[in-house]
Amino acid sequence: MEVNFWIFLLLSVLKVAVVTVILLTAVAYTVLLERKVVGRIQNRWGPTRVGPFGLLQPLADGIKLFLKEDLMPTGVYKPLYIAAPVIALSCALLSISMIPFGANIKYHGVDLFQISDINIGLLVILGITSVGVYGVALSGWSSNNKYSLLGALRASAQVISYELALGLSVIGVILVSQSFRLREIVDLQARHGIVSWNVFGGFQFVAFFIYLTAAFAETNRTPFDLPEAESELTAGYHTEYSSMKFAMFFMAEYANMITVGCVATLLFLGGWTSPFGHLFPADLGGVVGEALLPVFWFVAKVFCFLFLYIWVRGTLPRFRYDQLMGFGWKFLMPLAIANILATSLWLAFHAA
Amino acid sequence: MHLVLFIIFGGLCVAGALNLLFQRHPINAALSLIVVMSSLAVLYLLLGAEFLAAAQVIVYSGAIMVLFTFVIMLLNAGSEERTHGSKAAYAIGIPGAAALFAALAYIFLSNSKSLSTAKLGDYIVTTSDLSRVLFRDLLLPFEVTSVLILVAILGAVALARREH
Amino acid sequence: MVPISYYLILAAILFCIGVAAFLIKRNIISVFMSIELMLNAVNLTFVAFAHQWHQVSGQIFVFFVMVVAAAEAAVGLAIIIAIFRARNTLNVDQVDLMKL
Repeated sequence: MEVNFWIFLLLSVLKVAVVTVILLTAVAYTVLLERKVVGRIQNRWGPTRVGPFGLLQPLADGIKLFLKEDLMPTGVYKPLYIAAPVIALSCALLSISMIPFGANIKYHGVDLFQISDINIGLLVILGITSVGVYGVALSGWSSNNKYSLLGALRASAQVISYELALGLSVIGVILVSQSFRLREIVDLQARHGIVSWNVFGGFQFVAFFIYLTAAFAETNRTPFDLPEAESELTAGYHTEYSSMKFAMFFMAEYANMITVGCVATLLFLGGWTSPFGHLFPADLGGVVGEALLPVFWFVAKVFCFLFLYIWVRGTLPRFRYDQLMGFGWKFLMPLAIANILATSLWLAFHAA
Repeated sequence: MHLVLFIIFGGLCVAGALNLLFQRHPINAALSLIVVMSSLAVLYLLLGAEFLAAAQVIVYSGAIMVLFTFVIMLLNAGSEERTHGSKAAYAIGIPGAAALFAALAYIFLSNSKSLSTAKLGDYIVTTSDLSRVLFRDLLLPFEVTSVLILVAILGAVALARREH
Repeated sequence: MVPISYYLILAAILFCIGVAAFLIKRNIISVFMSIELMLNAVNLTFVAFAHQWHQVSGQIFVFFVMVVAAAEAAVGLAIIIAIFRARNTLNVDQVDLMKL
């Protein structure tokens, strides 16, 4: 179908704006959620003072970070010191553009719930996350501070190592669905609700476990948050950063969490499809319901994933560095390769 | 549209490469090389090589160059100084490279009649097209490269290990 | 609509800058990076010709170049680290003896 170029441009700009605003809001409220949940896990309240139930806390935090003095330490290498948080944040925000949030509903030939639907969507997400390492690596190097440098070296080594396990774990899903296109991967899981999700239906629970673990390491979260282990490295790679530049790293971390959650939802948990399959009629709420119900399922699944993240943070202690590397290379990697082997054998026997 | 994208990303490539040439500090050179590689990925997309574009970003910008920056950070390499050898290299290198470029450009331009033009979406190689050739016709070379990588891993570990 | 020859000329520019950088640079890591730049320029010509002749094999070649470049980078950087340990310098002019 021929799409009018100007409508396409206008709708695309609109989509980008809306998704960016929603993503940044989601980032702010994920921080609040984390503080609340970790607070409850540790038997305290978490933020309660600003607004009802502390709901305006992200706003207060934002204003505080924005109005703080932007320190420029004397010893830093300026161009890279400034570029590093920008790289980190822009890579974190870019990868969300491949994510489909809802069913394939077209308005004037433009997909409403996805910024760009391309054949190699999954690979692009992997590529952008792998470029995101530079933000961390350069911040540590340009800060001219040994804690920052150690944190950055740890972070980049960790991210490169776990990227391998992450990429290999995804291959099982790709083998089952035979496509890199995220919409096709989800469509294949849509048939019978929860039983045809890749975690269960495609027998990819091993892959899901590997993906989960590698994703914690990729986003530098507990129990793999060694790059910012405060007891050894003060704050790791962002020790020298303050005000908005610190806020950019902070937002990048949470935006990465959300992206990883979205990808996990799409690959393993059936994306925007309902867990009940076709038990309920699809035209429950008319046209609007048909458009918004998938988005609801998607958001609910991502929320569960984020909750799991926070839960793990409140529960598990930090790994030692050699344990972390050993776990990645000696356990997750072979496991991922075994999973690929098993999946392809299973597929081959089914095809034969 | 294609021409605009080509000019933007081709220009980025050339600017990055020139920056690589004139920067004294290796980390700046590494970053400009990343810019070159990422814009090359976009050019691959324009030429319909989608899998290669993704592989370019993942392998080159995401893995090889991270390794380079990692080593630069690890060895704390400072900016290079001018030496005796560098003067001779300037005197020979720049005219030599210019002459090489002139020769190549002459050949390409004189044969440009017989070359076609590239149109967006004209010829797209999907991942399955690529893998069909790779895993059917070229299976042996593919397997041999995996052995090569294994040898390279072992070699790198053996070389970089500190002797006790 | 872009003529393939534009892509080839762009590749030629990148390759020649790579050659010049290879000759001019004194830091061994930068020299190594200029080799990578030359490889990338050659890759671009491969992809351009793959488009010209509508052949997949050009892209396959690029794929293999990438794999070999990755292996080369791993070994090369290991050698650079070993040289730095032995000589405490990264300047190619000071690494011109076969022994310590």
